[in-house]
Amino acid sequence: MNLFAAIGRVFLLFLRETGALAVFAGDAVTGCIRPPLYWALIGKQMMRIGYFSLPVVGLTAFFTGGVLALQIYNGASRYGAETFVPVVVLVGITRELGPVIAGLMVAGRVAAAIAAEIGTMRVTEQIDALTTLATNPIKYLVVPRLVAAVVSMPILVAIADCIGVLGGYIASTQGLGFNAHLYLSNTVDNVTYNDVSSGLIKAAVFGFIIALMGCYNGFRSKGGAQGVGAATTTAVVSASILLLAANYILTNLLFVK
Amino acid sequence: MAGGSAKVELKGVKKRFGDKVVLDGVDLRIDHGESLVVIGGSGTGKSVMIKCVLGILKPDEGQIFVDGKEVTRLRGRARDAVLRKFGMLFQNSALFDSLPVWENVAFGLIQGRGMARDKAHEMAIEKLGKVGLGPEVGALSPAELSGGMQKRVGLARAIAADPEIIFFDEPTTGLDPIMADVINDLIVTTVRDVGATTLSITHDMVSARKIASRIAMLYQGRIIWQGPTAAIDNSGNPFVEQFIHGRAEGPIKMEVRR
Repeated sequence: MNLFAAIGRVFLLFLRETGALAVFAGDAVTGCIRPPLYWALIGKQMMRIGYFSLPVVGLTAFFTGGVLALQIYNGASRYGAETFVPVVVLVGITRELGPVIAGLMVAGRVAAAIAAEIGTMRVTEQIDALTTLATNPIKYLVVPRLVAAVVSMPILVAIADCIGVLGGYIASTQGLGFNAHLYLSNTVDNVTYNDVSSGLIKAAVFGFIIALMGCYNGFRSKGGAQGVGAATTTAVVSASILLLAANYILTNLLFVK
Repeated sequence: MAGGSAKVELKGVKKRFGDKVVLDGVDLRIDHGESLVVIGGSGTGKSVMIKCVLGILKPDEGQIFVDGKEVTRLRGRARDAVLRKFGMLFQNSALFDSLPVWENVAFGLIQGRGMARDKAHEMAIEKLGKVGLGPEVGALSPAELSGGMQKRVGLARAIAADPEIIFFDEPTTGLDPIMADVINDLIVTTVRDVGATTLSITHDMVSARKIASRIAMLYQGRIIWQGPTAAIDNSGNPFVEQFIHGRAEGPIKMEVRR
């Protein structure tokens, strides 16, 4: 085996994959701009992507907020800095944990569902059928999911922020003996526009990544049930990894001046 | 062969996937109002040929004409305008399982042509009637139907917008002989009603004889024989002979890999 040939093959494969994804993303984004838009489908997808993710996202945010309060307290008390718990919980949830935890949960739920549904449509020729009925599959299938995810994610994360802070509040007042009034006023005084908005910007980008990876892998799936299963796995894994990588880049852009 | 009155014409169409040559210069012409059946074994590129005409796949070489106009590399709206002339019945019906039966039938009318929903619903029920299904079927989900019923719905969807050209991809595959004959009859009568030009691909010779006015055989990516249905038994072509009699021995060697 020639080592260089092997490296070259992997590199070419990587380029081909990246190129294909970029072309797909380009088609999808131009589809979002050009009419017609299927409003009814966008509404339906917002229900599926946003509304039905509320329980999962809410529960994870609640417990994450609680755990954050416990850990911060644990660390801060070594320096007698317990009073910072409300602020650190607030900043931690709104800037990072709210969007990332919600993003990962939605990636698991939604990217998988999208990839499985579109993948099945691909292998049963339903996507070809759309084309023959003079309907662009990108516009009919991808655009509604993409728009719905980009719009729903910030709303979901805004709710997750509130529930996460609430989780921290309950853990602090019930478990750690914080004064409820002081904790609340401390939190409210420290809410800044930047902390919240940066999290919501991240959420919109994560929504785009999740829907894009779900649709892209679904579209490319082939070979029946096994192919759809593989597409689903790839969708979730790639969405999660890209989401975390994007989070790093966005944090750099938004906070590191 | 003059280029004048052909409804659909393929000239030297080639398509390969990786190293595998699927279509190796297909020349085929379908005249106005004719019912052409292309026969050939599994994996000989029959579906690929249809998908090239519809623009689902792009041929590597060659040209495709519809009504004398080249459509090979059309995209977007121009492609949609051509596709509105077509109806297609897919091998496994390919019904949208997220939509009820009537919306499947009406899909091309609502999405492709912007017809109002209640008008399209009416049309869908009428087309379902044409394939022998009552209005009550319209409200069902495709998953609740048997394979034969799904084929009928697929046929209703294919003819819903009164297309000028209808493609049938293995219309009888997976059906019992009686249901297959029902579908064949439906194809013959509905196509006559709509007055469409049709191209069917099949390996079911009973079906081919019933619906074809002319038969062509695809082998190793080329059309190796074509002629009127009546002439198929005296083709004098050893490949055709072997295929229509279903013999294991003969010039056609089974390819294991697609």
